Amino acid sequence: MKTNNIMKKVLFVLAFLPMLTFAGEGLHLDKAPIDVSNQQSLQRGARTFVNSCLNCHSANYMRYNRLLEIGLTEQQIKDNLLFAGDKVGDTMKVALNKADAKKWFGVAPPDLSVEVRARGADWVYTYLRSFYRDDTSASGWGNCVFDPLSCKVSMPHALYELQGEQTLNQETHELTLTKPGKMSVAEYDALAGDLTNFMAFMAEPAKQQRNRMGWFVLLFLGVLLVLTYKLKKAYWKDIH
Amino acid sequence: MTDKQAMTNKTVTNEGKSVWVKVLDDTVNWVDERFPLTSNIKAHLTEYYAPKNFNFWYFFGSLSLLVLVLQIVTGIFLTMHYKPDAELAFASVEYIMRDVPWGWLIRYMHSTGASMFFLVIYMHMFRGIIYGSYRNPRELIWLFGVGIFLCLMGEAFFGYLLPWGQMSYWGAQVIVNLFSAIPFIGPDVSEWLRGDYLVSDATLNRFFAFHVIALPFVLVGLVAAHLIALHEVGSNNPDGVEIKKLKDKKTGIPLDGIPFHPYYTVKDIVAVVVFLMVFSAIIFFAPEMGGYFLEANNFVPANPLVTPVHIAPVWYFTPYYSILRAVPPFPGIGLLGIPPSLFPGVAAMGLSVMMFALLPWLDKSPVKSIRYRGTLYKKWLAAFVVSFVVLGYLGTEPSNVWGQFGAWLGNAERATVVARIFTIIYFAFFILMPWYTKKDKTSAVPERVTG
Repeated sequence: MKTNNIMKKVLFVLAFLPMLTFAGEGLHLDKAPIDVSNQQSLQRGARTFVNSCLNCHSANYMRYNRLLEIGLTEQQIKDNLLFAGDKVGDTMKVALNKADAKKWFGVAPPDLSVEVRARGADWVYTYLRSFYRDDTSASGWGNCVFDPLSCKVSMPHALYELQGEQTLNQETHELTLTKPGKMSVAEYDALAGDLTNFMAFMAEPAKQQRNRMGWFVLLFLGVLLVLTYKLKKAYWKDIH
Repeated sequence: MTDKQAMTNKTVTNEGKSVWVKVLDDTVNWVDERFPLTSNIKAHLTEYYAPKNFNFWYFFGSLSLLVLVLQIVTGIFLTMHYKPDAELAFASVEYIMRDVPWGWLIRYMHSTGASMFFLVIYMHMFRGIIYGSYRNPRELIWLFGVGIFLCLMGEAFFGYLLPWGQMSYWGAQVIVNLFSAIPFIGPDVSEWLRGDYLVSDATLNRFFAFHVIALPFVLVGLVAAHLIALHEVGSNNPDGVEIKKLKDKKTGIPLDGIPFHPYYTVKDIVAVVVFLMVFSAIIFFAPEMGGYFLEANNFVPANPLVTPVHIAPVWYFTPYYSILRAVPPFPGIGLLGIPPSLFPGVAAMGLSVMMFALLPWLDKSPVKSIRYRGTLYKKWLAAFVVSFVVLGYLGTEPSNVWGQFGAWLGNAERATVVARIFTIIYFAFFILMPWYTKKDKTSAVPERVTG
């Protein structure tokens, strides 16, 4: 029987097609230090999220008691993270009214539950570190990660006390820290990293369980494969 | 009467058997007097004789049945928690992902199942094409199959709106708007589909109804018809030889046939396990598949006021979407008052799917299987596969992905020009088939199946 050489060549070429495709456009994103098994980092990120983000942004699909999974006790959650009147089984709601928010910021701050899945962790990490002073912007801040064309952003830099103020060099498009904040650059980057890490956890809390289970499922199927293959061989031994 | 026939015709006797076997036999006999259970098991499994030379490509039929069942079962559990309401839909999906026990697993099985369904169906269709499984006497099997494929596309389209993310919303908006391009009745048709002037809560509700009731009914019915027709005429095989032509004179069983059960059931179970390993690897380690199975933008709730910069359908629709974009619009005839129209692209997209239905009548080759066809056919098939994949890739990207040609080509977008060339090849594969299959130098087909 003649084999189908042409088809084989075609399938071979197709297998490598993705390598030939062109890379996406320019915006450079820094790699976020994501490690959802690092509970210390997740706990620091949760604290920053609740203290700084949760004033305007909600995380409506995220329940406080899911923080038990990052090593906090129910008492710690109650004492440190809950607002007065909230219960530990509640979701991370925000008191800010959407209509008011729209009036003040121009847009209502989006819910952040699944932001990392929508934007990617690298985007969030780079965004948090790319605010700069821009007096021509309505919010007083610019951020080229948010909108590479206009560099305008409706959200004021909520963490500016910690990071300080950066300015954008219009020619080189580089950011320089012109007014230092309470943190060093390395400290602030670590804070943004922890926050992004927490947001990545929050975007899909079941992810670790999913990855862990995956190995057991594959192991089970691997054993099953050996058994079913032997069964097939046994049945087919008299077919020629 | 031979011994074998005597065995099969006699009702089971109970002598010398344990009490449990007797109870089972009695039960089966009781059912058989009222419902053709044993005869159906024989007709479709234990005495359905399939060619013994099935290869890798023959796994995808049973695998698509497996995925169908997975989609139905996971779908039932999803409907228990999903809310088909524009205000609640997005949140209910996240509720499933977080608060419903094992909800994330059910949801990922369903979303991954959708893509895997198309993957196995495309492999299954390719098998049919290379071994000529659509040829006489299997034209109806093939047509039912095309019906199943269309149904599946409908299922995927309606289902994709349900998570109510940005891509759900704008994908539906774009596709429903395509119907507006149909002359005269178009705008009314798209309004009727949406149940509103734009994609809205009304649209979500009816798409939910189509997705969970209407189309699954049709789909399951067509699958039954597909299998009944198959078991009537018998399976084709990689040699394209009709095994029913040579039967054992005594038993009437095809010489190259083996009972589907147990031979192909045990063989298909191996394929099922391998498939489940791939399926699980995706579900547990990469359910988004780099944005190809679950798009990032669909984690942003639908917003009718914000159009995404780049709207692309899910990968399994992209070859047809590319064809839609590649065909230039009708410029209109001002003198006669005929307005410009996008209809040519829409018509080409519809045709590109429907061309498959014509294959039984386009193929004029004296042989069925690619094993005995000449190089001319193989070259055309290779060109078709390349077009399908390149068009598929281009459909996932914006049309300016490769930049533009210089002024010498009117600054045309490179990707659009490439898509046009491959669109022509795609259609040429079908339209020129009567000619090149007749002209092709085929080799002699053996009497019996080979290896």
